[in-house]
Amino acid sequence: MSVDVKTVKRVAHLARIAVSEEDAERMTGELNAILGFVEQLNEVDVSGVEPMTSVTPMEMKKRGDVVTDGNKAADIVANAPATDENFFLVPKVVE
Amino acid sequence: MSDLTRLTISQARAKLRAKEITATELTESYLSAIDRANPALNAYVAVTGDKARDMAKASDTRLAKGEGGALEGIPLGIKDLFGTEGVHTQACSHVLDGFKPRYESTVTSNLWADGAVMLGKLNMDEFAMGSSNETSYYGPVINPWRRSRLDTVVMPTTHQGDGGFVSAGGTKTQRSLDNAQLVPGGSSGGSATAVSAFLCAGATATDTGGSIRQPAAFTGTVGIKPTYGRCSRWGIVAFASSLDQAGPIARDVRDAAILLKSMASVDPKDTTSVDRPVPDYEAAIGKPIKGMKVGIPKEYRVDGMPEEIEALWQKGIAWLRNAGAEIVDISLPHTKYALPAYYIVAPAEASSNLARYDGVRYGLRVPGKDIVEMYEKTRAAGFGREVKRRIMIGTYVLSAGYYDAYYLQAQKVRNLIKRDFENVFAAGVDVILTPATPSAAFGIADEDMAADPVKMYLNDIFTVTVNMAGLPGIAVPAGLDPKGLPLGLQLIGRPFEEETLFQTAAVIEQAAGTFQPEKWW
Repeated sequence: MSVDVKTVKRVAHLARIAVSEEDAERMTGELNAILGFVEQLNEVDVSGVEPMTSVTPMEMKKRGDVVTDGNKAADIVANAPATDENFFLVPKVVE
Repeated sequence: MSDLTRLTISQARAKLRAKEITATELTESYLSAIDRANPALNAYVAVTGDKARDMAKASDTRLAKGEGGALEGIPLGIKDLFGTEGVHTQACSHVLDGFKPRYESTVTSNLWADGAVMLGKLNMDEFAMGSSNETSYYGPVINPWRRSRLDTVVMPTTHQGDGGFVSAGGTKTQRSLDNAQLVPGGSSGGSATAVSAFLCAGATATDTGGSIRQPAAFTGTVGIKPTYGRCSRWGIVAFASSLDQAGPIARDVRDAAILLKSMASVDPKDTTSVDRPVPDYEAAIGKPIKGMKVGIPKEYRVDGMPEEIEALWQKGIAWLRNAGAEIVDISLPHTKYALPAYYIVAPAEASSNLARYDGVRYGLRVPGKDIVEMYEKTRAAGFGREVKRRIMIGTYVLSAGYYDAYYLQAQKVRNLIKRDFENVFAAGVDVILTPATPSAAFGIADEDMAADPVKMYLNDIFTVTVNMAGLPGIAVPAGLDPKGLPLGLQLIGRPFEEETLFQTAAVIEQAAGTFQPEKWW
């Protein structure tokens, strides 16, 4: 499978990365080189093989349904580019 | 006073405990070494001198009372991927500009609890994506190793006495360093360079496809990626969560064992961290390997592999055989599919993990006319080319209609890769010996690799299988190539049998010796 410039632009939008016409053209070539490389996986017979879901065989740990953390609003917004009284500020999203 | 930066961790530990040196002296030695070397090598992206001095002073107080921890007063460098409270943590990306976390990663917390001193944050490929440390927003790291060439020098003819005796009159050869700058490998290039160039006693690193072992091999240092789950991933900037593991880079096998002991722990904040005791890895060093079964996988003999890599591998086999190990040929039939499967799984996970960099909660924000434009502009400006490329691949293979063909297929192949290893371990193989990398360190701005991303990816051909199967792997220096550059061997072990790796790597180290670059910086 390979991608064209139109697909690259669509994927870039899905990934929320702005691309120029020139970027999209360069990326098309790069992505096709990588997709060409991974193509060889199709020759592997995977009939009856489960996809990997856990790297090490282990039972999923569950934690108690209790509050262990909190009251850190100031820490959480400390690194944000724009805040107001412990809220994150973003451009208007509702007209 | 002799140069304290030349001490290994175990040597420094002994001198600190014996009060022959102080943590403050040791720390000052490293800080001045960094000051002199960093403009040339670019290993550190942030030096935390004041913090280091405070920590060293506190160590000296504890040492004076005989209360020192396992790493008391040992100065370490920390890869920029580890969250360090109040200190530069940017995964060497522009998108995390100015980020100083309000928390400390579990691995670094463990190190400080054992008394280690933080010297600063180390350069790396952006978000750990790269094999040459050239994708860093802070510029490439330079390998302290340089190629050397053998020059033939004509000896002057000398006459002695009146008998007309003519000495030499021939030629001799001498090594001289080439000026070409080489990469230290990646993504933990800053860690490897800092350790190799004596700019820290040891360093933390992380490995998703080879990011500890490949740079260790390129710099003549020891690097171990432990079993998935051995170290907590909490507080480490995530790349591909099912593959990422933290581990140390050190100057010798013993130092790597000392560091891993402190780094590893079970952690309620990482549910994939494993609840089993951390062994005393150091105790494994020096144990005989007589009767150990060492597997040699035929699939690692790849086309176009340089002669010196094959020769190194044969040398490793001979050393282990001479030490009493039984050498057996094995087959890991799905090896060639590990790298292509990795380039689906890792970007898929990365595209999901890196979705959080949106210009809202931390780091860079580039304004836009609405929120979507703000996201798109921020991410376009904040991520470098390689990171964008991987996010794009990941987004594509996870997008509607392609998930089964790519991601599901890759995760099935991944199970087959893991099964290959399980089969050889079930047949009694204790450890697998392979080359660590398909070549020695290459030049900065290598044109072939810049032109074709897949060429760069091939650096990880011997290391990536280990991440796919979640196994432990260690890279240990084993010799120099004809140009005088270090080469490494890799040992792969059963899950959670890091002790076997240290035990076997120590045998290789004893036979091969350790390697230091000639200082030019």
